[in-house]
Amino acid sequence: MPQLTMIEALRDAMDVMLARDPKVVIFGEDVGYFGGVFRCTSGLQKKYGEERVFDTPINESAIVGIGIGMAAQGMKPCVEIQFADYVYPAYDQITQEAARIRHRSNEQFSCPIVIRMPTGGGIFGGQTHSQSPEALFTHVAGLKVVQPCTPHDAKGLLISAMEDPDPVIFLEPKRLYNGPFNGDHKAPAQSWKNHQLGEVPEGHYSIPIGKARVHREGSAVTILTYGTMVFVAEAAVNTLGVDAEIIDLRSLLPLDLETIEESVRKTGRCVVLHEATKTSGLAGEIIAIVQEACFYHLEAPVQRVTGWDAPYPHALEWDYFPGQERVCRALQAVMEA
Amino acid sequence: MPHKKRKNSYKINRWSEDEEVLRVLPDIDLEFNECTSLEEKNVTSHCKLSFAHPPARPGQTPDFSSVEIPEAGLLPVLPLDVTAADCVEHANSLIRVMDENGEAVGPWTDFLSRFDVDTLRAGLRDMMISRTIDMRMMNAQRQGKMSFYIQGVGEEAIACGFQRCLKPGDMNFPTYRQQGLLIAGGYPLEMLLGQFYSNAFDPLQGRQLPTLHSARDYGYFTVSGNLGTQYVHAVGWAMANALTQQENISIGWIGDGSTASNDFHTALLSASSYSPPVILNVVNNQWAISTYTGVAKGRGRTYAARALGYGIPAIRVDGNDYLAVLAVSEWATQRVRAGHGPVLIEWYTYRVGAHSSSDDPSAYRPRDEGKAWPFGDPVERLKKHLIHIGEWSEQRHVQAEAEVLSQVVEVQKRVEAAGTMIDPKPIPGATIFKGVYADMPEHIRRQRQELGV
Repeated sequence: MPQLTMIEALRDAMDVMLARDPKVVIFGEDVGYFGGVFRCTSGLQKKYGEERVFDTPINESAIVGIGIGMAAQGMKPCVEIQFADYVYPAYDQITQEAARIRHRSNEQFSCPIVIRMPTGGGIFGGQTHSQSPEALFTHVAGLKVVQPCTPHDAKGLLISAMEDPDPVIFLEPKRLYNGPFNGDHKAPAQSWKNHQLGEVPEGHYSIPIGKARVHREGSAVTILTYGTMVFVAEAAVNTLGVDAEIIDLRSLLPLDLETIEESVRKTGRCVVLHEATKTSGLAGEIIAIVQEACFYHLEAPVQRVTGWDAPYPHALEWDYFPGQERVCRALQAVMEA
Repeated sequence: MPHKKRKNSYKINRWSEDEEVLRVLPDIDLEFNECTSLEEKNVTSHCKLSFAHPPARPGQTPDFSSVEIPEAGLLPVLPLDVTAADCVEHANSLIRVMDENGEAVGPWTDFLSRFDVDTLRAGLRDMMISRTIDMRMMNAQRQGKMSFYIQGVGEEAIACGFQRCLKPGDMNFPTYRQQGLLIAGGYPLEMLLGQFYSNAFDPLQGRQLPTLHSARDYGYFTVSGNLGTQYVHAVGWAMANALTQQENISIGWIGDGSTASNDFHTALLSASSYSPPVILNVVNNQWAISTYTGVAKGRGRTYAARALGYGIPAIRVDGNDYLAVLAVSEWATQRVRAGHGPVLIEWYTYRVGAHSSSDDPSAYRPRDEGKAWPFGDPVERLKKHLIHIGEWSEQRHVQAEAEVLSQVVEVQKRVEAAGTMIDPKPIPGATIFKGVYADMPEHIRRQRQELGV
């Protein structure tokens, strides 16, 4: 099986879909001739032509807005927002138009658009290239929100997103584009090329939206997380030697309630991790779900580890990033309670 | 505060005589406060803000003396493949076809040849139905039978006329004030009214505020209620048409007030970048709720002229002249269908009614300003034309008014019997959750269960 980076896996998914479905179009800033600042669409314009893969002006509300018009008319646009931090000019279009067209028209119209965007920190991007805005989208009925953390899932989830009848926000943890990252920024960079999760099947396959992935089975504590934090959690669990069950949520809206609830009922302990800021973050929602469904199974208060409630700093990035040490502390707290 | 009014003395007819004139064009129909003198305020800065004001406020005499009224029939027809550079005059002046006597004059009448007199009489009827529905629904709203209503009195010619130039499969992205597209497009009035009453006749099952229709089969995209956002959807839809080799076009609609939104720029830029088959309409009805159009227009001359900077041809039309609407819509649809790229049309009109049932215009403009609008009433003007050419009479008009009224009243009674806000006949609660997604996810299924439906 080929070993691909997440970038290559995403490109492969778009390649597969461009070849399979003439309604698929791909556009965004720098995605055409150049192939995207992260190279995700490299070579696709050359292969499929300018009408299928093209550049746009620097106008996110246009990228999403024309995508909505195309999607409503039956095309399958997969658009790129260069960084998740740039999505806000399109927020009106995403939340009040894309998310609602099916419902408000009583299903006369729909909006099957995919909006890809690199998310998260760890690349010294400062506050305008490091944000994790998932909760701003998971709060919106009508959207689906996914975030893969492996090349295999990236390809399968992107194909699912591009085949989905509704709008999908596709968040790509940019620190994982080239290899897994466990939060230890001083360690040598790893590559997907020799990692088991870098194995990506050729051709078409899909991973259903709404299904979590059990990254590591365990019985002592459930860690609910997604994106870069999956590998941070794994490293912390190995350091402590605790038998944790790490669940990579993958689909943030809808959440896989069954897998979450089943695991927490089994372990009786729960830690929720994300890189995004704490207050009103997705962890709050997940903990509420756990509390509603699993309260009588809990042996300890649920812990959460998140980014601080401050803008993502440039120079102090590793003081901000919720690394292994903080995760270990949370795990110890929940195990000792 | 002392201020000077700066009035425009420029005559539109001069443009074609002097190519250089654009460099010195003053603002038309705009009045700004001039600065208070520096000495008077005892300050040294030369930088002052200016604020646009309407020509008259409540209690004052309506004043449209600064509005230029070019002669009907004056402006030449533009070639279908006209470029932005070659329609500067048309973007700044006003195309008018009907003269004061109701006669169709000038070269734009060439684009009326396809429309026989029956079509014109049907157009008159469309406008009369639209107006009658507006009057009946405003009353029904006052009686508490519906939550809200938005009327389009005074602007009927634009939507009703434009629709006559569309083909099945063309898609409008309307605002709430383009119901005339549905009426002229033969949309069943039961569904139109049912939407207002949110009852069993409502195709949207109570999801949307009255007048925010959705009618895919009639070329009417689901109206958002947020202003401006859908202007760019029209561009995207047109891009899809072009990419999939479909011959249909799309049409964006926006009000003068909403041209201020980023979506206006977004749509024009996108249309300029990719040149899809889209018509971008701006309905300039002078008022954005209580805000005078000059606030959105700023130092610009016309809304049409804004398109020229994007390289998009643009023309400005007397929107109360049904024949001008037909002629220019016919020209624009021919242009766009022929693959010559987008065009923007500014329809110059006046919002005679209140913005909505929640608005009281007597608080911000003279009560009888609508009557003073120098371009008259679109219904009266088309009626006059038809009488002028011997195809209509006062008597037939009175008879038609009675027929239209009884038609609307009959539909209204039938639709009201299915439930009003006074006597509601509930829509199933499950419709809240239906269509949030194509397939209902577990968390919504649980919520529906919680509601017990």
